[in-house]
Order: sequence, then C-alpha cells, then structure tokens
Amino acid sequence: MKAVTRWIADGTPWVWLNAAAVAASILLVTGLLMLIGIRGIGHFWPQEVYQIVYQEADGSEVVLTGQVRERETVTATRLRESGLEVAEGTELVHRDLLKTGNRDITGQDFRWILEPSIQSMSKPRSMVVLEREEWGVFIGMLIGVREAGQLLENPDTWGDFELRLERANELRDEIGELEKNRIGSVNYRLERLRLKQRELEIKGKLDAQSLADIESDRALLQEEYRGLEQELVDLYSELQIGSVVVTTGDGKELELPMSTIVDAHRPNQMGLAGKIGHFFHNCWKFVTDDPREANTEGGIFPAIFGTVLMVLLMSVFVTPLGVVAAVYLKEYARQGIFTRFIRVAVNNLAGVPSIVYGVFGLGFFVYTLGGSLDRLFYPEALPAPTFGTGGLFWASLTLALLTLPVVIVSTEEGLSRIPRSIREGSLALGATQWETLWRTVLPMASPGIMTGLILAVARAAGEVAPLMLVGVVKLAPALPMDGNWPFLHLDRKFMHLGFHIYDVGFQSPNVEAARPLVYATALLLVVVIVLLNLVAIRVRNRLSEKYRGLES
Amino acid sequence: MTQQEQLQAEKIKASHNVAVTVSDLDLYYGETRALQEINLTIPEKQVTAFIGPSGCGKSTLLRCFNRLNDLIDICRVDGEILLNGRDIYAEDVEVAELRREVGIVFQKPNPFPKSIYENVAYGLRIQGVNKRRQLDETVEWALKGAALWDEVKDRLNDSAFGLSGGQQQRLVIARAIAVQPKCILLDEPCSALDPISTLKVEELIAELKSQYTIIMVTHNMQQAARVSDYTAFMYMGELIEFGETDQIFTNPRLKKTEDYITGRYG
Repeated sequence: MKAVTRWIADGTPWVWLNAAAVAASILLVTGLLMLIGIRGIGHFWPQEVYQIVYQEADGSEVVLTGQVRERETVTATRLRESGLEVAEGTELVHRDLLKTGNRDITGQDFRWILEPSIQSMSKPRSMVVLEREEWGVFIGMLIGVREAGQLLENPDTWGDFELRLERANELRDEIGELEKNRIGSVNYRLERLRLKQRELEIKGKLDAQSLADIESDRALLQEEYRGLEQELVDLYSELQIGSVVVTTGDGKELELPMSTIVDAHRPNQMGLAGKIGHFFHNCWKFVTDDPREANTEGGIFPAIFGTVLMVLLMSVFVTPLGVVAAVYLKEYARQGIFTRFIRVAVNNLAGVPSIVYGVFGLGFFVYTLGGSLDRLFYPEALPAPTFGTGGLFWASLTLALLTLPVVIVSTEEGLSRIPRSIREGSLALGATQWETLWRTVLPMASPGIMTGLILAVARAAGEVAPLMLVGVVKLAPALPMDGNWPFLHLDRKFMHLGFHIYDVGFQSPNVEAARPLVYATALLLVVVIVLLNLVAIRVRNRLSEKYRGLES
Repeated sequence: MTQQEQLQAEKIKASHNVAVTVSDLDLYYGETRALQEINLTIPEKQVTAFIGPSGCGKSTLLRCFNRLNDLIDICRVDGEILLNGRDIYAEDVEVAELRREVGIVFQKPNPFPKSIYENVAYGLRIQGVNKRRQLDETVEWALKGAALWDEVKDRLNDSAFGLSGGQQQRLVIARAIAVQPKCILLDEPCSALDPISTLKVEELIAELKSQYTIIMVTHNMQQAARVSDYTAFMYMGELIEFGETDQIFTNPRLKKTEDYITGRYG
C-alpha cells in the first residue's frame, strides 16, 4: 500500500500518461500519413491485368479483363438481399473490384465480381493497357498497326506501335506548345487591342488615325494567327499517323487512332525494374501534366502551381502588413486600454471561421474593391469583369487577412523577447527610435517573424473554404503566370490542391476512378505544405543562428 | 542650493572647466519622487563616481545626462541640467544628437548581434558615414582606445558574442568612444566582470579621462576610491555629500557618509 502511494506521489503515473498521449499522437499522425501515402502512391504502381472467365448471375459466361483494385469480404445475406444468388451454406463471400477500362464499349470501367463465380483466371502476357485522351484506359490485346488502311506486316508489332506512339507524343507536345503559348499569345494581344479600341471609344478619342493604327495592328496579328493556324493544321494532319487495331478480352475488335493514345504499357510483361520505372514515370506525369476528363485523369500541375503561387503571394502581402502592425502595437502605441482592446480583437480574428473570411473577401474585395477598380481602370472590358470577379489577387489577399493574426502575434512575441539593453545601447549611440528598430530590433526579431510566417503558410496552404468564394475554380484555362506581359496575371482564376481534392472526390462523375486520385492529391498537398514549411524553417534557423547568444 | 554645495561648486570652477551642471533637479516616477533637489557641478575630463546603497537613485541620475529616462513613459523631470552650458531638457534639443555627445556603458555588456567591426561602426553608420576608409580608421582607433585592438584585430568580422565578458565590455566602450562623445557615462561597468577584466576596464578608465569627462556609478567602494577624482554619495534620492574622492573617503564631512563608507549600512 505504501509502495503504491509513493508510486503515485513521485509522479510516475503522470510520466506514463504523458508518454502514452505522445505515443498516441505520433501513431495517429503516422497512421494518417501512411494511409494517404499507400493509397495515393499505389495508384501509380502498374498493376497486372487478369483475364477472367466469369459466370454472370443469369448463368451465362463472359470474359472479363482488368486489374484487381480492391478485395473485400461481404456477408452472403447482404448479397442475397440485393438479389444475387449465392450457394447455400456459405456465409462470407469475397468480391473484387475489377478495373475493366473500355468505358466507350461497356459504359463502365469498374465492376465488382464475386470470387465464387470466377471460372478461371489467367494473366496473358500480351495484355496491353492504353491510356487515351478520352474514355479512360483501354485494356485488351494489340493486333497490329494500320497505316493508310494497310495492316503493317511486321512481327514486332509492339515495337512498331511504340515508335509511332513516341512520334505522336512529340507532335502532341508541339501542338500543345503552339496552341497554348504562341496562339495563346496572339489571342491575348488581339484581346488587348480590342480593349484599347474600346477604351479610346469610351474616352471619345477614337479618330480615324488611331483606328487605322489599330486596324493595321489587328491585320498584322490576324496574319500571324493565320500562319500559326496553318502550322497547327499541318501538325494535326501529321498526327494522323495511322491507328492501332486491338481486341478486347472478349474478342471484340476495334481500331483506335494513334492520335488519341497518350501512353501504353504491358504490365504482364514487366519485371520489377520495369514496374518501378513505370511507377516513377506515372508519378512524374501526375505532377507535371494538366488534368484531363473532368480531372479524373491526367496530372495536377496547375493545382500545384496555383497553390504555391497563391501561398507565396499571400506571404508577400501578410508579412509587411503583420510586421508593421505588430511594430506599431509594441513599439509606438501607448500601452493602454486601446492597445489591449486591439490585441484582444486580433486574437479573436484568429478564431473566426475561414468561410467567414471568404464571404468577406467576396463581398468587400471582389465586389466592392474589384468592382470599383474595374469601373476606374478597366471600363473598356466591362461588362466582363477584370478584378470584379474572384482571382489570384483577391484569394491571396483574403488569405493574408486570415493569417494576419498569427503573424502579428508572433512578431510581437519576437519583439518583446529583445532585451531592453540592446535598444538602449542603440539609442545611446545617437540612433533614433526608427534607426534602432530598423538596424537592430527588427533583424533580431526576424526569427519570430519567420515563425509567424511558417504558421501562416501552414494554415493558408491547407485552406479551401474561403478560396472557393474568391477565385479557385475546378479547371482554369490558363496558368496565372505565363509569357504574356505582365507575366503575373493577378486577375486570373486558378486551381488549388485542396479544392482539387474536394472536386475530384465529391464532384466527379466517376467515383471509382477518382478515389485513388483523392489520396494522391492529398499526399501531394501535404508534401507541398511540408516543403514550403521546410524552406521557411531553414530560413528561420539560419536567422536564429545569426542572432544566437541573444539570451545570454 | 545649500551653502556647502555652492562652496563646492566654486571650488571646482576654480580648478577645472565645468562639464555638467545640475541644478534643483527633481525626478518623478509617476507619483514617486526618485530624485530630490539635486545640485551638482561635474568637472571636465575628470572621473566622477556616484556611490550609495541600491535604489538610492544613482543610476537614475546618470541616465538623466543623456535623457535615457525619456524612454520610461511615467518618468518626469523638473529642474535643469546644463551640458557645456546648454540645457539638455530644452525644447529645441535633438535627443539623438545629445546622446551622440554623451555615451553610456551599462552594467551588463550589450553588444549588438553583429560582427565586432559592425558593433564599433554602428554609431558612425547611424550618422551616415559609409566610406570604408573612414570606417576602418575609426574602428581601429576606437578599439585601440578601448585597449581591445590587439586582442581582436584578426577577427574583426567574427560575431561579438564570441568575446569574453570583459572583452565585450571594452567593445561596448569602444563603440561608445567611436562616435567621439564629450562625456561617457558608466553604469556599474564592472559589476558583471571577473577581477582581471575589472582591472583592465579600470586602467582603461584612467586612460580615457585625459580626453573624456567620465561619470560612473559603482557599488564597489574600493573601485570608486581607486579610479575616481570626485565622489558623490547619494542616499534615498538625495545627494548627501559631494567632493574630492580623497576627502570623501578619508575625511567625510557628514556622519551618514562616514557610516556608509565604513560599511555600517548599505
């Protein structure tokens, strides 16, 4: 009894309790990361294709081809209730989710199959998986390559096919470059010319001379456009480099134009090295490609780009604002009821739900400020809004407002940690208060400022709700940064990883196809935030290294 | 001003130029009167020490000379302080300018988180001096003046935090003299230092007095006796006795002074 009392008195139970709490937290966090990690990354692993002879519920036999994506156990009762026949005496049934692809033929690309109904299962080595621009993947067998209506007589069909696929991809890249950059640029300049003309018209300065100038400019641009269009037509006709003849698992033959195929691999013939290679190839494409097919296929590059750019812009807005506010509160303002009130207000701002900021951003920034800006500076574009609609600028500003409290609070913290003697030392050398601040106090407070920025970045990068109101869209036609002057287009709408997760996960027409993408995108969002934070933490550590010894 | 004080002032005026004249100085922290009716004449290019028990107002008085007390919101000063004949609390005085003329060194060394070189050059840069040659010359001169040059000349670009406490204190003194003040205030400059560093700083004070008026606060009676020419004894915000150091320590006029010096209280 005494031993137990002593055991409690010396605090051992508390140590164990604390340790348990820490362990639980670590376990939860690693569990979370592992879940998104495995589910997300698994999506890129090339899976083998099975050919399955399957007995349908009505007794007929069909041949299915596909990749097994998931396996689960269900009770027989549940299946019987849903109208499926299950042999008497069984209680549990395994079923598999098969990714069959070929949505254009069968109307669906996923289906559940019951394991007891599988008659036979094999992995034919010749199975190919073709990624297409439309209709998702095709799974089946390659028969041959047809060129100019003629099937090529070459034993190395796959080699033939790969050669052409490579060529097609090169051409597609060229077309993309042409359409996006060069033709995009011409269109952009044409639009600006139109706006210029409209501007002169509004101001009543549109005389014959300037009209002629504009017309000649426009003629030049249209000339350029026609040239590019011809180039484009040439490229497209060059892209018609034949087609591939394929059969589906159940023997249906069809012909796919070469130009529609994006990527191809033969998972059943891949060794481990080949699979690893293809895995990284897939990861890379996911990170660098544009999305296709309502975001359920392709990559998420615009979303990564939008997220990072938005966070950087937010930092640019929030840091000076927060630092200046904190410096005023801490250094200049007379401490009293008023400053205390402001501090309470600032701290409360940090607790306001983010959607409220979104509503504020929409109501004040977008409609009021943006609307006025449009009327003042962009009357020529009206009624189409320029800044009077959600965009990168307003989104960054809204998030800057959202994260302002953390920056203010940690900057104030940093300022108050600077010893009085340092300030007095500087003042005693004849520095004014401003010089003292600028040369000594602020550099020494910079680690504190960076801490605030780190917290701000972590919060802003993961925020979705307010962004939906002030500028994030599910598919942006152009990146907010490109080669057209002024390069950074603050008025453009953009894509964001967080919103992308929501969109793919909940707004997608193809749930099964989208599910792994949700995990992969979530993983990437975490990675992006971690990277942004690592950069900021590195900077902070360097700063505090520079000003270390402060405490002594 | 009492008759005694007047006599003392006359005596100093006769033998030295006057650096600082304090007349009828009262200082309040809010409602509390921290300094009462201080009258004091401090000679130029001499070392004047303020002694007295903790909380007697020595540091507060010292900080009046370069108006560092202004930083405290609730602090209010009545009376007059003349520095070289100019009232430093007059309306048209530029405080930054004044502080350039009156340097101060604190109890704990407070180097900036910069290199040794930049610490010394700080005051000059504030004044807008950016020419490398001029900065180099002044930094070397100031470090030599603070008897630190030989120890740091090979690592001027290292962080000042790498120096020992005594070196840091001399660096801070170098920083103060780099702006060529007329007067240097020392607020217990040796209380955070070991005996050897203390000795070095004391030697430095003795050297510096040929060029600067030095006013120091010290808790250490022996130090006051060793380095100062004049000593002021303060108690409870009042200036009790002021005179030549020899006279104060060997033949104090007042009983209170004698009691303090002989260690009967304080």
